[in-house]
Amino acid sequence: MSDKTLRIDGVTRTFPARGRTPPTLALQPTSLSVAPGEFVAILGPSGCGKSTLLRIVAGLDRPTAGTVSLDGRPVAGPGPNRGMVFQSYTLFPWLTVERNIRYGLVERGLPEAEQAAIAARFIARTGLAGFENHWPRQLSGGMQQRTALARALANDPEILLLDEPFGALDHQTRELMQELLLEIWQGDRKTVLFVTHDIDEAIFLANRVLVMSARPGRIKAEVPVPLPYPREWTVKTTPEFGALKARLMAEIREEVRRAAVSTGT
Amino acid sequence: MQPLRPVPPGARLLLGAGFFAVFLGLWAWVTEGGHVPALFLASPGRTLAAGWSLLTEYGFLGDIAVTVFRVVGGFLIAAVLAVPLGLLMGAFKPVEAFFEPFFSFARYLPASAFIPLLILWAGVGEAQKLAVIVIGSVFQLVIMVAVIAGGTRMDLVEAAYTLGSRPLGILRRVVIPAAAPQVAETLRLVLGWAWTYVIVAELIGASSGIGHMIMDSQRLLDTGQMIFGIVVIGVIGLVTDFAVKLLNRRLFPWAAL
Repeated sequence: MSDKTLRIDGVTRTFPARGRTPPTLALQPTSLSVAPGEFVAILGPSGCGKSTLLRIVAGLDRPTAGTVSLDGRPVAGPGPNRGMVFQSYTLFPWLTVERNIRYGLVERGLPEAEQAAIAARFIARTGLAGFENHWPRQLSGGMQQRTALARALANDPEILLLDEPFGALDHQTRELMQELLLEIWQGDRKTVLFVTHDIDEAIFLANRVLVMSARPGRIKAEVPVPLPYPREWTVKTTPEFGALKARLMAEIREEVRRAAVSTGT
Repeated sequence: MQPLRPVPPGARLLLGAGFFAVFLGLWAWVTEGGHVPALFLASPGRTLAAGWSLLTEYGFLGDIAVTVFRVVGGFLIAAVLAVPLGLLMGAFKPVEAFFEPFFSFARYLPASAFIPLLILWAGVGEAQKLAVIVIGSVFQLVIMVAVIAGGTRMDLVEAAYTLGSRPLGILRRVVIPAAAPQVAETLRLVLGWAWTYVIVAELIGASSGIGHMIMDSQRLLDTGQMIFGIVVIGVIGLVTDFAVKLLNRRLFPWAAL
């Protein structure tokens, strides 16, 4: 099947024992598939294994058992068909904003003119005009994540993996970035797998929310978000949004409490 | 004074110059005041006079040039050998596992202890002088560069992988540029060490160079010349250090922000 679907099939992850720490089961057998053009949010308490799952999809971590395939081909390692934006700021500090965005294009050996054209397009789409020649260190956190998003998108991946990309930003910047991401997604409907612990963020962006249990993680609930696109920020004040939020809060509260008990926080 | 409060630039300059003045004053006081015998320590004035005669009558500029050539030559050879190897060791752990134990041992071998052996192998020519500097700096440099390259941020490496880089691309486009500013700083440090090694090399079996001049002056009990030689090394060191620092800032503007 070459339907560009991401399939995660019975993936588990156990971190091996280290010194006196016994092996940790981070992820219970997890299966899910993400269809092309979907925006799926994985919602869970911290430490539940949601980032581990995303890293396995990215090929940055190996599953202990199970398989991941994209477009019918098994995932054996990282590759440019799965773009990723990390929670930490991962722009290359020695490259300007524009050169960061070109990174993957250089790797693909595209001609200079084409690189410049693609970079210019994503600079415009992510609102980075005027910052092309800035060093990452000169940018605010929000601007850095815009650049990271542009860098991932410029590579034209089949799926975009977002690992709490706005987690380190302040609340206002965060909402602004959510709107930017939504606008971009509504424009080209690229498949997105988005990991977050923020309920509002998950509902606002995704068309399907998967709730993960406390560690060892498993998908304990699947909640479709029937709010129509294009969505505006005003959707957050509607009763439908409120009802979804109440449901997800109930699901997640229990897990957060379990996670807090098991880690002693 | 309050802890950690910065000092204004003008005051900083004044304070920095102030200690030079105090130092010179003390030196002048103990020598001119007759508190130490002139035989052991020349006064600032006599040191300057000795320096002038060295430069004008004894061709000391030639000695300086020879020493600078040796320092730069030995340092460049060490850098050309050590930097690529250190980068490979930092990036690829099997390479590190192969070289690191031996180099960790080798860097404790005192370069000056090799001088008699090196004279036996290479005579008293330039090759021997350069070899002392290379032995003194290359092992240290390899280890330091390997540590820097090994400290490359893992999240940057992972980001590069998700953008399509392959292992060699990671080395070329992530590890090397990430390490470059720190490697440059390390080179600046090692250049300073090269100065110590060159003088040691020139104290034994040399017929030119600053170290040789200092050795000659000892025979004549000319403390003025000896001190002048030492001060010249200090000044050259300070100037090159400053120049390299400036160069590094130019080369890596992103790191200085």
